[in-house]
Amino acid sequence: MKIVVAIKQVPERDAQVRVAADGKWIDESDLSYTINEPDAYALEEALQLKEKNGAGEVIVVCAGPERVQSTLREALAKGADRAIHIEADNLGDLDTVGVARLLANAVKAESPDLILTGLQSDDLGLGQTGVVLAELLGIPHATLIMHVEATPAGLKVKRELEDGWFQYVEMPLPALLTIQSGGNKLRYATLMGIKKARTKELKTVAAEAPAHAAAVTLERVYLPEKQKKTEILTGTPAEVAAKIVEKLKFEARVI
Amino acid sequence: MSGVLVVLEQREGAWNRMSFEALAAGQQLAAKLGAELSAAIVGESVQSLPWETDVKPKAVYAVEHELLKTYTSDGFTSAIEQLIKKLDPAFVLFPHTYQVRDFAPALATRFQQVLISDVIAIHDGPVFVRQLLQGKLNADYKQTGPGPCFVSVQAGSFRAEASGAAPIAMEGFTLELDAARIRNKPGERFRESAQTVDLSSAPIIVSVGRGIGEQENIAIVQELASALGAELAASRPICDNGWLPMERQVGSSGQTVSPKLYLAVGISGAIQHLVGMKGSKTVIAINKDEHAPIFEVADYGVVGDLFEIVPELTKAIAAAKS
Repeated sequence: MKIVVAIKQVPERDAQVRVAADGKWIDESDLSYTINEPDAYALEEALQLKEKNGAGEVIVVCAGPERVQSTLREALAKGADRAIHIEADNLGDLDTVGVARLLANAVKAESPDLILTGLQSDDLGLGQTGVVLAELLGIPHATLIMHVEATPAGLKVKRELEDGWFQYVEMPLPALLTIQSGGNKLRYATLMGIKKARTKELKTVAAEAPAHAAAVTLERVYLPEKQKKTEILTGTPAEVAAKIVEKLKFEARVI
Repeated sequence: MSGVLVVLEQREGAWNRMSFEALAAGQQLAAKLGAELSAAIVGESVQSLPWETDVKPKAVYAVEHELLKTYTSDGFTSAIEQLIKKLDPAFVLFPHTYQVRDFAPALATRFQQVLISDVIAIHDGPVFVRQLLQGKLNADYKQTGPGPCFVSVQAGSFRAEASGAAPIAMEGFTLELDAARIRNKPGERFRESAQTVDLSSAPIIVSVGRGIGEQENIAIVQELASALGAELAASRPICDNGWLPMERQVGSSGQTVSPKLYLAVGISGAIQHLVGMKGSKTVIAINKDEHAPIFEVADYGVVGDLFEIVPELTKAIAAAKS
């Protein structure tokens, strides 16, 4: 099975983010970046599917500026066979359909059996690139997938529903799945993998000019207004503990 | 193109309560715009569903077809696409449910538009507010395309006034669906195992997040929970790692809780977690990052190292109780 995994590079979760001077995005000057965690689960699922079937190819694709190549290399080190970098410095000017179009063009040339991606990104969190990509390619999709199984007719996947419920869904190939976290355990790149990654193909393709004007725009980013007035308790750990106990006794009344 | 259409969700004749929150958001938006509010419900036989909210749209459309009995992305996308083409609304709102997340982006794409997802507020403009970077920042989005503008509404962001069940007159909507074009074959819904932990009725909850670092460290939070007589809960990454069972997860993919006390340890507070615990009466948060979104909903906050504070707190609680 030929599997394409669409991944995104996002700021590290612990990164201290600051709003950029123009108030339209974050200050990217001293941020460190990593693979979007839900996409890491998508990659893991793809690698396991390939290992289970004993054959096939896993191709990772990522759109973004030059720095995203480090994330693609990491995916190669974990076991992906090839990587495609869609070179685009203006992702912020595109909407979801615009980004999905870039991916669709790169993916079409590969005509994979299966496309996997994370269910949402840690930065924008819109949770729709995968679904839009499937729509643009005219293939079936399913979201929030915990487990994938190849069947003679295509796929049988386990979807997570709300409130602890699940469901199996069968679908023909080619198809696109967005992967939920927690279905697998993420692997680390081995030293051997890192060495091997240096010899694997990382192809750079230029992004096409956007075919349509963005349908939505991000006008402004800002710190959220507080919903509650939080009283910050300070002091040594013992002092803080004593203050919390007071609150537990007299405010929350649980002691 | 005018008016606000809210697409409500039901399953086997039972409402998804988030539908009414989306409807409240739709009402607010329609009032701002001086536009008409209508609603639609999709399924097999939904006309008899009683109405359980005070909001009364101008019209409620029953989008019915035997192929809509069970949810499929292809069926729902095509059905709602046909309804939108007929009604030509300027705005289409949805509750931000798992089902909506599965089809609404594809639906928007068919109109060359983009879904503005998990919106938490609507300001004049209209400007749609949603969160970025796991809740660290808010962002204002505007529709710039020709529309319709597609929006999904995050749980707990708009107050839905409940009322008793009453009948409501629905307008039927005839549509054409072709079974051959529904590519996914969904099976029955199931649960992995009987839910043995009912966090929803727990009066005290101590909840642990990513800040705990390693599985072995959960023991110190367990001790704190035991000292308080609390249920132990967690945010998604802890359960994803298998450090605690999935049934102890609080959040949009876990349980919704409303205890007297919610003590959040090492939890940053992404929206998916906050929607599950916002109903807590008193919230105390311990986190090393003073900008963590959990402090936006906490009554009391401690900015510091949980590994120093939690053991001290356990000791102090044990002493206070003895």
